[in-house]
Amino acid sequence: MAEPLHALTALGQTIPYTKEIGPYRIIERFDVALASLATRKGRDGEVRAAAAKAGLPLPDPARAASGNPYSAFWVAPDMWMVEADFATHEDIAALLKPLFGEAASITEQTDAWVRFDITAGNLAPLLERLSNVDFPAVPDGYASRTVIEHIGCYLIRRDIGSVVLYGPRSSAKSLFHALEVTARSLL
Amino acid sequence: MIIHHPILGPRDAQEFVYLGDASLINRPDGLTAGVEAFYDYLYNRGNPAGEHRELWYHEQGDRSWLVVTRNTVTHEIIKVELARDVAKAAGRTK
Repeated sequence: MAEPLHALTALGQTIPYTKEIGPYRIIERFDVALASLATRKGRDGEVRAAAAKAGLPLPDPARAASGNPYSAFWVAPDMWMVEADFATHEDIAALLKPLFGEAASITEQTDAWVRFDITAGNLAPLLERLSNVDFPAVPDGYASRTVIEHIGCYLIRRDIGSVVLYGPRSSAKSLFHALEVTARSLL
Repeated sequence: MIIHHPILGPRDAQEFVYLGDASLINRPDGLTAGVEAFYDYLYNRGNPAGEHRELWYHEQGDRSWLVVTRNTVTHEIIKVELARDVAKAAGRTK
């Protein structure tokens, strides 16, 4: 029987990659579906009502919020990135569109991004070398676009020892390299 | 230089891209306003030593267009507004 086709991860492997460097643990995530949601002009009320009904949080500017089944982080005025479990929401845009009808524009984003979760006791020494976000000062749940080694990324602070990075999938290896080299330099 | 983004607070100017004079928002209708008005819009810019309203784009941030009022002599930033609010206040519908 023919071997079934397997999707490759952003780093080109068959399984997501995890790397431990001293206290830093970099985990490639391959199990999150993504879609962007943008409110259409004058339809804010409808979008908020539909989102509340669907269990989809719409956090304030520069914030991320977790929910079930959907989580979201703010990316621009009237625009959010929506996250969901890949196993149940692989076709996330098609699942979201009927919920919002003509009130919002929804675009599939899953394969446009690579996601790295990084954990350590304290991520401040690593992130202050990588990005201009004042990581120790911003609150938990902070989400912002930032630049890491000339790569535009989204950064979400879970807590002082846990961060989520979304970078462009086509630069996945470069971003991973930047994280790895910087973590190594701190040992 | 730090730009105080109206939504996101103080952000490094490196995150922004500079476009130029904020009068670019007020494009005349090329068919009705006449060729002179359009020529003026397209080619003529003031170059003030002092307060200047400029368009900045938050490319490495929330992708919003801002109107920044800046003193070109001292580099002091006097006011930062969302360009869409400026356009709406001027009567634009889009």
